[in-house]
Amino acid sequence: MSLDIPEKSIFGLLGPNGAGKTTLIRIITMIIEQDEGNVILKGEKMTTELVRRIGYLPEERGLYKKMKVGEQLLYLARLKGLERSEATKRIKSWLEKLQLSDWWNKTIEDLSKGMAQKVQFIATVLHEPDLLILDEPFSGFDPVNADIIKNEILELREKGATIIFSTHRMESVEELCDHIALIDQSQKILDGKKLDIKEKYRDGTFLVEYTGSLTSNSAYELLSSDTTERGLTSSIVKTSLSDPNELLKSLISKVEIHSFVERVPSVNEIFISQVKGGNHE
Amino acid sequence: MNNIGLIIAREYLTRVKKKSFIIMTFLAPLLFVGIFGLIAYLGSKGGETKNIEVLDESGLFAELFVSDDDETYIYIDTPLDSAKKHVEQGTIDGLIYVPSLNDLDNPEDISFYAPGNPSLNLVRSIERKIENEIESIKLLRSGLTQEMLDGLESNVSIHSINLSSSGEEKDSSSRTATGVGYVAAFMIYMFIFIYGAQCMRGVIEEKTSRIVEVIISSVRPFNLMMGKVLGIAAVGFTQLAMWIVLTSVLASVGINVFSARAESAQQMTDAIEQSAETQGAIENPMDNIMSAVNSINIPLTLGAFVFYFLGGYLLYSALFAAVGSAVDSDADAQQFMFPITIPLIAAIASLGVVLMEPHGSFAFWMSMIPFTSPVVMMMRVPFGVPLWELGLSMVLLVGGFIFTIWLASRIYRIGILMHGTKVNYKVLAKWFMMKN
Repeated sequence: MSLDIPEKSIFGLLGPNGAGKTTLIRIITMIIEQDEGNVILKGEKMTTELVRRIGYLPEERGLYKKMKVGEQLLYLARLKGLERSEATKRIKSWLEKLQLSDWWNKTIEDLSKGMAQKVQFIATVLHEPDLLILDEPFSGFDPVNADIIKNEILELREKGATIIFSTHRMESVEELCDHIALIDQSQKILDGKKLDIKEKYRDGTFLVEYTGSLTSNSAYELLSSDTTERGLTSSIVKTSLSDPNELLKSLISKVEIHSFVERVPSVNEIFISQVKGGNHE
Repeated sequence: MNNIGLIIAREYLTRVKKKSFIIMTFLAPLLFVGIFGLIAYLGSKGGETKNIEVLDESGLFAELFVSDDDETYIYIDTPLDSAKKHVEQGTIDGLIYVPSLNDLDNPEDISFYAPGNPSLNLVRSIERKIENEIESIKLLRSGLTQEMLDGLESNVSIHSINLSSSGEEKDSSSRTATGVGYVAAFMIYMFIFIYGAQCMRGVIEEKTSRIVEVIISSVRPFNLMMGKVLGIAAVGFTQLAMWIVLTSVLASVGINVFSARAESAQQMTDAIEQSAETQGAIENPMDNIMSAVNSINIPLTLGAFVFYFLGGYLLYSALFAAVGSAVDSDADAQQFMFPITIPLIAAIASLGVVLMEPHGSFAFWMSMIPFTSPVVMMMRVPFGVPLWELGLSMVLLVGGFIFTIWLASRIYRIGILMHGTKVNYKVLAKWFMMKN
């Protein structure tokens, strides 16, 4: 398996449970050693020194429960090689940014789960890593805080960080990622730009809302039909025609069209079809 | 990478700042001094005076039992049955009954009646008195005069001198050596247990809270483990040093207060003679203790104590850390704790044997094996141990530590990231053999 992760992208690492995502991440962060192969960061082979340029937010969050927020962040930052004064400055500004300023002297035990998650996020990004690996970064956040974190992630990308994003929440992949890779049973199934992949999995289906009645013919096939709240018929139509206008023309001649939209497969659908297909082989 | 310094500092500071540490550090010396003070106080005060009646039908021991501070002897003349009633009613603490002895070669039926079981010391002392008296009577009857008997009496107190190989003579006091040895050995045993377990719990905490995943990308597993082991060693060392300093300060304050009180008591009673006696009684044991302590090579003993204290802790805590890394909770740790604690308990259990022959071959080997040497060697050091033995034992302990930390680090690096696996010795062996 080989993966290219473009710089300054948000790279979605997808795969079913037990596919090997965490193992891959652990190899990248040198927590475990690979049996074979190399990890190369910005043209350099990964070393213990280089691994400090990575920020890793593991899925299973961990902080010292009895340690104070400030001390804890300071300790973790200094382990990454930051000077005390610089680390203190950055921690203060981050705590302020995430509305945690008053919590410097509180122990992690006293924090709610969401707050602890924020602290963990800060610990991951404090040393301004070139590569940020986030494993399920939104779990445990309410929608408001999830949004705050999402914006911070986007801002970090603006500043030049590359982000590997591992999650099961397809809507955030849809929203954030420019590149995705799907792995299953430690094999890469697909990888590339999100748009390219979606393009590839386009299968010429359209969602049409109309009044009147349609039947399948040589130009198109009616996959399913439904009645909407407004009393319209909503159908999924699959066509072999390459031009959507051709399809539209032939539909207009038969029924009154209220909406016509191409169904681009969601990452979720691609995920499910690919993983299922893989399992059936 | 000075990561390890940061880790040591964190392990040290978080523990030293804990309330429980501060309380223990200040409370324990108070307790030590308090308990010793109480013992000394009770010891100096002595038990209550016991009233003992003597019914001597033989008439041989009319002047034998003389009242003193501990016992008041009253000779009575009543029949045995009514005398026994006194014991039953509890008006007296004991009754010595001597029947008319016909055959001095075989004195029978001498009895001591007491409510409840009398102390062994009291019975022994009564026995000894009667035996001596019968012996004297027999000697007198065989024709010796009282003067000759008095002339026979001699008082011997053995003055034991430790003749070292260099030929210099040292006073040795084996009782002090035993005391110092026991205290030192037990302290080391306790510290290994307390701080070893702390080390293990620290590793389990890092493992179960998954913080290790965050840290491990910036720190090598070995550094993380070593930092914890050394940080906790520093905590133990701090506590020990504080205990020694505080205990000696408190003890000297206590002694001053004690003697000041004796002085004020002297002014109050105005019974100068008697007070001088009591004061002498207080000062004498102190002098004894001081001279006994001086008979031991203090710098050597203290140096050895610090070395074995640290060495023993380091050796065992590496193993405790390995256990911590392998399990998911304190409860799972029990099965692996057991084999680790066996040599430690064996060392403590063997102290009695070592004490009987501090320079025997059993003691020698126990103080060479790194797993038992910290405890056993500390028992032997106050008795004087040849320097080469001490040196060899220390080198072996250092070697033992390097071995256990190597063993532990191989298990730790894998175990710390493993969750939910059922761990047994086979699994541990597999982790150990795993290539890096």
